[in-house]
Amino acid sequence: MTSEAHAHPTPKTYWLIAAALAVATAIEIAVPYIEFLDPVRAPLLIAFGAAKFVTVVAVFMHLRYDLKGYRYVFSIAVVVAILMFIVMLAVFQAL
Amino acid sequence: MATATDGVFEVDGQTDFESTGDPIHRTRKTAMWVFLGSEVFFFGAMIATFLLYRHTTNGGPGAEIFNIPFTSATSFVLLMSSLTMVLADNAFQKSDQRQGRIWLIGTALLGLAFLAGQIFEFTEFVNEGLKISTSPFGSSFYMLTGFHGMHVAGGVLMIALLVAFSLRRRLSPDHGMNVELVALYWHFVDIVWIVIFTIVYLLQI
Repeated sequence: MTSEAHAHPTPKTYWLIAAALAVATAIEIAVPYIEFLDPVRAPLLIAFGAAKFVTVVAVFMHLRYDLKGYRYVFSIAVVVAILMFIVMLAVFQAL
Repeated sequence: MATATDGVFEVDGQTDFESTGDPIHRTRKTAMWVFLGSEVFFFGAMIATFLLYRHTTNGGPGAEIFNIPFTSATSFVLLMSSLTMVLADNAFQKSDQRQGRIWLIGTALLGLAFLAGQIFEFTEFVNEGLKISTSPFGSSFYMLTGFHGMHVAGGVLMIALLVAFSLRRRLSPDHGMNVELVALYWHFVDIVWIVIFTIVYLLQI
């Protein structure tokens, strides 16, 4: 049978990714305390959170290197959950 | 270079359970991803509920009592536990049981440190007047973060079992899939916290 999967990253890559995640977290924590970033605070924090989420899923959970079927299962769940989230907040006028 | 031996693929010398031709491995891993997909809905609904009630404090404390520097430290601890977990998974896939055990124990300790931080945080909040029955804000906050904490505790328990199995030589390379499934669960708990930390804590201050 044909393998769709690719070789996993090396431990060195994992350490580098973890360092990048640590830096992203540090910036994320600093953002609410920097006044001139106030107008873009929410989109900036959401962007950083989303980037960290995708990085962990893609590299640490191996979804980038794994069978496409797993990617579809998880991606569909995330997209539907986000839609449900938006609809729920809109229905209750919390957006 | 990928090779197949006894139905298990090896990529660059590592046992690659993801591309294995063994249908049992595939089924178990698919089941885990479907389970994690269902957990996305579970936590998504809880986070949405928190956002609906974030201003309904009934005169009690609200988001102003959050101690961001402290929660940032515990978030960092949980984030780093994902690194130790992926290193454990990597070691077991290379059949390096001793190294794998060390990283697993490190992951469990980081998980316990996160839980200790959460218990401390909850105690502080209760002392400041925010109980689960104080307001819809309190109820939704404790339900969300409490359920996440229970997931972390479940993960620590599973990791402890893996360490015990490994010590009793019952975690052979053929059982590497077990480590991988627990690792998936653990990383999922981490990404849920990434979302909670951003939406519940950082966006509310």
